[in-house]
Amino acid sequence: MAALQTLARRCSTSILKRHFSVSSPVAAQMTVRDALNTAMNEEMKRDESVFLLGEEVAEYDGAYKVSRGLWRKYGDKRVMDTPITEMGFAGIAVGSAMAGLKPICEFMTFNFSMQAIDQVINSAAKTYYMSAGKQTVPIVFRGPNGAAAGVAAQHSQCFAAWYGHCPGLKVVSPYSSEDAKGLLKSAIRDPNPVVCMENELMYGTAFEMSDEAMSEEFLVPIGKAKIEREGTHCTLVSHSKSVGLCLEAAQILEKENIFCEVINLRTIRPMDEETLINSVKKTNHLVTVEGGWPQFGVGAEIVAKVMESDAFDYLDAPVYRVTGADIPMPYAATLERATLPGTQDVVLTVKKSLHIQ
Amino acid sequence: MLSCAARLVRAQIQSKPTACWVVATRGYADIVDEATFTTSEYALHKLDEGPSQTVTVTRDDALKYYRQMQTIRRMETAAGNLYKSKVIRGFCHLYSGQEACAVGMEAALTPNDHVITAYRAHGWTYTRGVPPVNILAELTGRKTGVAKGKGGSMHMYGHNFYGGNGIVGAQVPLGAGIALALKYTGSNDVCVALYGDGAANQGQVFETYNIAKLWDLPCIFVCENNGYGMGTAVERASANTEYYTRGDYVPGLRADGMDVLAVREATRFAAEWCRSGKGPMLLEVATYRYHGHSMSDPGTTYRPREEIQEMRKTRDPITGLRERLISVNLATAEEMKQIDLDVRAEIDKAVEQAKADPELPVEEMYNDIFVDEPPFKVRGTNPFMYGISK
Repeated sequence: MAALQTLARRCSTSILKRHFSVSSPVAAQMTVRDALNTAMNEEMKRDESVFLLGEEVAEYDGAYKVSRGLWRKYGDKRVMDTPITEMGFAGIAVGSAMAGLKPICEFMTFNFSMQAIDQVINSAAKTYYMSAGKQTVPIVFRGPNGAAAGVAAQHSQCFAAWYGHCPGLKVVSPYSSEDAKGLLKSAIRDPNPVVCMENELMYGTAFEMSDEAMSEEFLVPIGKAKIEREGTHCTLVSHSKSVGLCLEAAQILEKENIFCEVINLRTIRPMDEETLINSVKKTNHLVTVEGGWPQFGVGAEIVAKVMESDAFDYLDAPVYRVTGADIPMPYAATLERATLPGTQDVVLTVKKSLHIQ
Repeated sequence: MLSCAARLVRAQIQSKPTACWVVATRGYADIVDEATFTTSEYALHKLDEGPSQTVTVTRDDALKYYRQMQTIRRMETAAGNLYKSKVIRGFCHLYSGQEACAVGMEAALTPNDHVITAYRAHGWTYTRGVPPVNILAELTGRKTGVAKGKGGSMHMYGHNFYGGNGIVGAQVPLGAGIALALKYTGSNDVCVALYGDGAANQGQVFETYNIAKLWDLPCIFVCENNGYGMGTAVERASANTEYYTRGDYVPGLRADGMDVLAVREATRFAAEWCRSGKGPMLLEVATYRYHGHSMSDPGTTYRPREEIQEMRKTRDPITGLRERLISVNLATAEEMKQIDLDVRAEIDKAVEQAKADPELPVEEMYNDIFVDEPPFKVRGTNPFMYGISK
């Protein structure tokens, strides 16, 4: 029910606030949901060993309808509904990958992946190393990550920092439909374990898709960030839904003649340090923006990387982080709004960085 | 105060003494080609019939099992000594006493079947085809180890052998996943997923039974019940110690894990069940470990020394097989003595190599993070040190 309301809300606001990263007269439009669906469909068509398992992915068409139509098309063998037993089915997915299949293991949200996290880290991520290259684990773990709307503390955590911490894992966090399609396709083709963290609130958002992005061979490389908007005064770096926040803030700041460069990380691990450092050298100011908690988070890691790099000498201000508030997510609407970063947080922090006001 | 499983294992000799007689033809030579024995009873759960108590073995097979069990015994003894002299570090869980489980099961499987087990894995690594020298070199952390020294005792892999797993119980869902892949690809092979009496209470094990039964996965769940989960006897850990029944809707059976032929027969039965598409089966093998849980455990604070001594004296799987073979002239004491000497020589040589071989050069520690990846920088222990992962 909450998901439907969210969907309705997103549809109405997306008409008012379109996120364009490419402007083209005859470009197609695709929602993030459809982009993910298309990615899975194309990869399942291309490779017999790719299959999807998770709660409600088959007959329900997916808890958030991301896998709509796939079971009808591919049947029980390729799209499997599991019981509500994350540790068990994640372990089974990992085992099937060890034996040569290419599973897509869906967590209804990444909050539930905590029950299975041992299988993700100890059975999937570390195995290629422990076996000195003998045993591969070509698995994708995917699902919505981070805050939704009104789902409270146990259903709102961002796991980018937790999974991004671990060697042996690749971790991607798409923002746009192009990101979603290209990154998920790359993840499925990647013979290593990949965690693909989506965002429920973005599922219904439509983005322009170039002809290239609409093709069946379209891939977004893992490990490469995208400069969504070029700028000169301050770099904003973000991932997932917060990229949209940065773009909005950049538009607001533009009216005051402050031009921000917005970087969409796309991949949390391995992070594209080169793009970050080059941007900081250009703008001399950096603000990281994320929905997750501040301590030991993605922003914290970026700060450390920049401090230790030669970009440090180019900084004219400390690197600042805009993050979710350091509290469990409250339910009440006003409190929830205040817990998540908004454009005012980004604008304020950029101005602080630039010593304005 | 004997543990439940120890009592069980002991009871099996008291209730039905192993009778044996010669069935094969006698030629002019004294040695026979084949003999038949009777195993003790199998306990059955949701099964109308079980494996046969009448087991036949050829001379060649019998000697092979003897040699394999003896090799594991010698190798584990050598590992224990290497650990005491600090050449092996960290964890080292010895399989001594449980040899009949790995050897007996392997005898009913093919190299095309798949096996995954927990951390007491050296014996299985060997039966799955890894030479003892590469097992010992892995234990000593050398580059000739089966995982180049990067895995250690609990992380050895081989063909259709998925380790060696350090997290108790995690290997069970993995095993069902392997079975899923076998069914998915239309294979006739099975996966054997082993765990101990301690792991048998893990939630993920029950989650796995559920999915395996729902989806008819060709998975044999094997509980190697050695009576103790680390230092906790089974009756102190499990409300139900009949592990072969713990699968509830999964049919199960219990066999004498100290009798290699009983284990083989039970495994044959279970494998046939799974291969015929009837779904999973649970096999409990009642066995015993002579050493402690690991090398840091003397194994005597939670069980009486007399129990260990009695097991060694009356229920040893290698001695048991030897006595059987001699009693029916399937083999002579001399030729088995020769096997003992050959095995000892092989292991001694392997130990020397495991001590002498070098470790991986430090630069190689950055390798094997990702497969099929162009070389990339990996951070070392300070901001100015990077390795290249290849």
